[in-house]
Amino acid sequence: MASANPLAWWRGFLALPNESPGKTVGVALLVALVCSLVVSVTAVTLRPLQDANRLAASAAQLAGMMDVLGGGVPEARLVDLASGAYAERDPGTRTELPAARDGAGLGSREDVATVFEIRENGDLRLVVLPVRGTGYQSTLKAYLALESDLNTIAALTVYEQDETPGLGARVADESWHSLWRGKELADAGGTLRIEVVKGAAADPHQVDGISGATRTGTGMTNLLRFWLGPDGYGPYLDRLRREAQP
Amino acid sequence: MSDRTRTLVDPILVNNPVTLQVLGICSALAVTTSLSTALVMSAALIAVLTLSNFIISLIRNHVPRSIRLIVQITIIASLVIVVDQVLQAYMFEMSRRLSVFVGLIVTNCIVLGRAEGFAMKNPPAASLLDGIGNGLGYALILVVIGAVRELLGAGTLLGATVLPTAAEGGWFTPLGLMALPPSAFFLLGLLVWVIRTIRPEQQAEAPPHDHGGGARR
Repeated sequence: MASANPLAWWRGFLALPNESPGKTVGVALLVALVCSLVVSVTAVTLRPLQDANRLAASAAQLAGMMDVLGGGVPEARLVDLASGAYAERDPGTRTELPAARDGAGLGSREDVATVFEIRENGDLRLVVLPVRGTGYQSTLKAYLALESDLNTIAALTVYEQDETPGLGARVADESWHSLWRGKELADAGGTLRIEVVKGAAADPHQVDGISGATRTGTGMTNLLRFWLGPDGYGPYLDRLRREAQP
Repeated sequence: MSDRTRTLVDPILVNNPVTLQVLGICSALAVTTSLSTALVMSAALIAVLTLSNFIISLIRNHVPRSIRLIVQITIIASLVIVVDQVLQAYMFEMSRRLSVFVGLIVTNCIVLGRAEGFAMKNPPAASLLDGIGNGLGYALILVVIGAVRELLGAGTLLGATVLPTAAEGGWFTPLGLMALPPSAFFLLGLLVWVIRTIRPEQQAEAPPHDHGGGARR
């Protein structure tokens, strides 16, 4: 069987009794090899198309949200998250997040992020913050639009998620998004209070959770608190608040 | 009818995998809220079932019995991933609406049932026809249920208005129940009833086919 001719070797392999250990291992290996090749080639070839689809979907979602909020041309601004100042360009660097500060389960976050501002005659009318974080079984990505007081939620849209269909996946439903309108992020003392609660919301900081999707709701709470906190857009929002004071 | 034709046509009505063997009903319930999702899901299942039957039949004489199920599942799962990826690339909106149910074709008993029950024992050409036939049988049921649910639930077919709804100034009040999964159960039950009344021989105690696997999914 140890022939130098691969074809003869192949015939010998096929002629082996099906139940022999060599044939069993060989068939298993071959099937696994061919299948993994087919799957990886498909995934790699189609990746660019799928990425383009996802990008188009999130752009459409943002545009839809802008329409609901009364139009206006959103201006994309780069923000240095650590200082809160506008940045000229994105250096592409990232900062590792220690577990204790990583409420959104991201591992690391970019140093410069893109936000969208809508201004009227120079006055800030709306600011849209892209946020993301770990839900129950996938990464939730959403746009959070804040009113000019930077405390009232104008809209929230989850535009990408892969949660359990029928349960967590309902975070992407328009009916759930509408619950967020008018909610307030922080109390009078400035402490972040926004959260998704089980059952019915009792105060303006609470949003009704989806039954059966507690961990998706907790994920939303955590990711909002992270992105609105000191490691997220906190410094940027503080600066906007200071600038708004007369 | 020749044997070939029977292999192709039998599973569509006479020996339908969904209504006679009650296989694959999980997805039949989940994706039939509209006709378009039912059609795409059917196409995905036909593609997977036909290819898996063909490939498994090609290698059937060299698959050791001890690992045959794993080999079958590996091939089926790979095909499902490929189909899912293609949908995500070329029919993105549709793949979102179908969510996990394309991926769940892996666990669809029709696919494994035909692989184990037919493709392992028959030559590739017959297995190919058997795959197409069973796929079409599944598709027929999905399309019927999907069409009824969309028509009565939203007054549309493939998104085009057929019965103008009251909300849009017409006369038709949509049946909210049709948008919910239980309605698919009722419709499937009615279909089985109708088919078994027309063909009383299907009322046998146990289905005549060894389909290896539960009735779910």
